[in-house]
Amino acid sequence: MARYESLLDLCGDTPLVGLPRLSPSADVRIWAKLEDRNPTGSVKDRAATYMVRAAEADGRLRPGATILEPTSGNTGIALAMVAKLQGYRLVCVMPENVSTERIQLLRMYGAEIIFSPAAGGSNQAVATAKQIAAEHPDWVMLYQYGNEANARAHYETTGPELLRDLPTITHFVAGLGTTGTLMGTGRYLREKNPDIQVIAAEPRYGELVYGLRNIDEGYVPELYDASVLSRRFSVGTRDAVLRTRQLVEVEGLFVGFSTGAVFHAALAAAHEAVKAGRKADVAFLVADAGWKYLSTGGYTGTLADAESSLEGQLWA
Amino acid sequence: MAIDVRIPTILRSFTGGSKAVSGSGETLAELLDDLDARHPGVKGRLITPEGGLHRFVNIYVNDEDVRFLGSLDAKLNDGDTVTILPAVAGGAFGIAAALALRG
Repeated sequence: MARYESLLDLCGDTPLVGLPRLSPSADVRIWAKLEDRNPTGSVKDRAATYMVRAAEADGRLRPGATILEPTSGNTGIALAMVAKLQGYRLVCVMPENVSTERIQLLRMYGAEIIFSPAAGGSNQAVATAKQIAAEHPDWVMLYQYGNEANARAHYETTGPELLRDLPTITHFVAGLGTTGTLMGTGRYLREKNPDIQVIAAEPRYGELVYGLRNIDEGYVPELYDASVLSRRFSVGTRDAVLRTRQLVEVEGLFVGFSTGAVFHAALAAAHEAVKAGRKADVAFLVADAGWKYLSTGGYTGTLADAESSLEGQLWA
Repeated sequence: MAIDVRIPTILRSFTGGSKAVSGSGETLAELLDDLDARHPGVKGRLITPEGGLHRFVNIYVNDEDVRFLGSLDAKLNDGDTVTILPAVAGGAFGIAAALALRG
């Protein structure tokens, strides 16, 4: 039955759809898990719901509390919805170089936004986030990069859904940001079948995003455990845009650019299986649809135009 | 044997400002030795005193992370592209959150 008591209850259990036109052969098939079919349109609804429920259960979140989360978009939107329904206030800290749709959506859902300057890269973001946290010690930061409930959401839901819908799965490919999706889903799948390849695709941005960060000031999310992964790819803007367009042109699947990057890695794995003469069922995760990125200019014009439009923007 | 090596902004002081340099080597370790001979000091920013790849450095051969290809023993071929990047998460934003939490 497709009836739910509340929006929160219809999070997850997303469809898995075949891509027959882009799959290399009948023996090597590619499948898309449509996380844009979540309540706020992204995979982050799973983590947001789990993180809020965990913080309520351990007493960190009390009625009327303020949640503070540094986020470049989807987590903020998901948290804004959950916070609204559960009675919390949400303050998002985000870089100013994200798309206008994301900012409008956050405000519409009721979140307050504090911008950190795009120029100056992460050093500025660090300063902004530190300052806010110090000024408001009573605000609760769920901190998606180190929150075990983020990965657990995927261990308990995304992983089991994939294995239920595709018992012959050989590869799972997803984007690497907080690493929660890959850690949770990857752990579950490999526990059930150690031969399943867990593949990460991370966006490779223009130089502005990396800024002048000193290498000693680098950062790896606490959730990240390299032993869960089989391989990890860095996908540049041009490849991400190319694959994003290919998905909508050939299969009618309209996705955000981070999913284009993920699909690029999924195709590579699929074609390697063809070369090796092996059967494969490659499932990749569609983190969100493309609506929020239309204003970036990445969906129109030549690939070179799109690449330069996206330069300096956080497209994932 | 020519390998195209992409240098991140922060390390261009070692390459006279160049975004990309050429190098050679059968493995990543050999390539880094070769680079260090041409651009002294650059290897020290990528490799720890214990001889491993620095935790906050990611190196990719043709877009694939070398940590899954044997790390410093990763094999290289003529025409490969090696990309060096600082480790960032979620669009350079994770570090802000982490440090804010630690105070």
